[in-house]
Amino acid sequence: MKSDHEFLSLADAYIRGEMNHQDATAFENRLLSDRESSEKFNEHKEFIARLTGYGKRIDLQQKLDNIHSTLDIPEIIKNAIPHKPLIVRLWDKYKINSLVAASVAILAVFTTLWITGFYSKENSSQYVALRRDMNSIRQNVKAQNALIKDINKNQSGNINPSHYGATGFALSSNGYVMTTYHVIKDADSVYLQNNVGNSYKVKVVFTDPAYDIAVLQIIDKDFKDFGSLPYTFKQNPADIGEDVYTIGFPREEAVYGRGYLSSNTGYSGDTVAYQVSIPVNPGNSGGPVLDNRGNIIGVINSKQTETDGAAFAIKSDYVLKAIAAIPEDSLEKKIVINKRNTLANLNRTEQIKKVQDFIYMIKVY
Amino acid sequence: MNDEKKHTLSDEDIVSGIFQGETDALEKLYKEHFPMVTRLILNNGGDIDDAKDIFQEAVIILYDKISCGQFVLNSKLKTYIYSVSRNIWLKKLAKRGVYSNVDDYEEKLQVEDDIEIQRERDHQFIMMEHALEKLGEPCHTIIKDFYIHNLSMQEICEKFGYTNTDNAKTQKYKCLQRLKKLFFG
Repeated sequence: MKSDHEFLSLADAYIRGEMNHQDATAFENRLLSDRESSEKFNEHKEFIARLTGYGKRIDLQQKLDNIHSTLDIPEIIKNAIPHKPLIVRLWDKYKINSLVAASVAILAVFTTLWITGFYSKENSSQYVALRRDMNSIRQNVKAQNALIKDINKNQSGNINPSHYGATGFALSSNGYVMTTYHVIKDADSVYLQNNVGNSYKVKVVFTDPAYDIAVLQIIDKDFKDFGSLPYTFKQNPADIGEDVYTIGFPREEAVYGRGYLSSNTGYSGDTVAYQVSIPVNPGNSGGPVLDNRGNIIGVINSKQTETDGAAFAIKSDYVLKAIAAIPEDSLEKKIVINKRNTLANLNRTEQIKKVQDFIYMIKVY
Repeated sequence: MNDEKKHTLSDEDIVSGIFQGETDALEKLYKEHFPMVTRLILNNGGDIDDAKDIFQEAVIILYDKISCGQFVLNSKLKTYIYSVSRNIWLKKLAKRGVYSNVDDYEEKLQVEDDIEIQRERDHQFIMMEHALEKLGEPCHTIIKDFYIHNLSMQEICEKFGYTNTDNAKTQKYKCLQRLKKLFFG
């Protein structure tokens, strides 16, 4: 015990450099010669190193705290926090997430639209005017729609090189014929062909784009007179449910179509037109809609593409109003609307026989 | 040695200053790099106290490495401090159970080994601290005065009022034996 104490005192003195040269050399020699002393010394030295390491650490910590206390901490914090507002920082952080979410949403929307067949329809509008494009067997609905859209803003329009077919009917016996405006609006020339096959050149004498009405006059010198018209225009509104029919030229031959009046308004609540449930096709445009008694209640002008049997006909009273609005001096002859109905007591087939002589195919070039 | 020449003088000055125990160098290091670490910690879920702890830990690691003469300056000091701080902070966040991906805006170094060595040192430090706490007075002060504050036996003798240095020496010897026992036991 005593010797251990003395040894460690010497060791401490040696480590601290407090020994004189002679003693130090003697101590070193002792360590070299005695293995036990050497081990004991190293052990002690290591422990003292730990102790001084501890002291140094405490000292360093103290120094660091002193330095820290001299700093302007609020200023450092202010500079450390980005100056972007919260929303920008959130955006930076969640940018990727939100972009991914948005992409997924957009993809889902368009995939759904695609799957449900939204894009398989060529036109988004459900409304289609009924003139027949004679140049293509396949009815180009899209082109027609584009033409309809242009009705009001572009009267001269782009001249469409193709020509159209539609229907018209005699308005008065002296050669006036009624059809729809959209049929003849871009026309270079208009011809009329009756059911016997005779063609007459006509000119457009009046148009009313708002009601989709056009009045043509036969200017061919071969033409004399239609003869007396069998039908009249119905002055009063027709009733829903009434049996109606039309004759038109969706192809080169006259085609009869029957149905009933299904609504008092047209496409999207248009009060100018009736909705009639008659199968109609491009080419039926301009055809008369007659009731059981042979009164014209309207003029076919369009149909709804999405709905079966929803065709639209301009109401006869608007047709009459439009005709009445034609300035008299713009016409060569007066339009005399027939007031005597000779169809009233005939059955349907006989009515048709009589009526079809006054219904014509309109050819537009 | 060639490596060191490539780097800015100021970083070298700081390293050599710390090696020689100059407080000025330490102060410069602290003032220059503390804002960077604060920015790192504050923007990644910590507060200013976290920033202080993390930064000081990084400085201690650097300081110890320099003091041992093991530190070779082959990157900017800033990069070293940043890498160590980032590493420690990630570990601390993981310990708190916070998943976080610390945004990187500095290049990083591999500092895992340095941090591992430091953890061992920390362990020793804490053991020593506990041993010293249990030691009690007057041993605690005697041991500290002699071994840490490098007071001579004469001074200790006077401070504690021992009649002669032999008594003081015996007391110190007993204290040291107790401390060793506490430390290793």
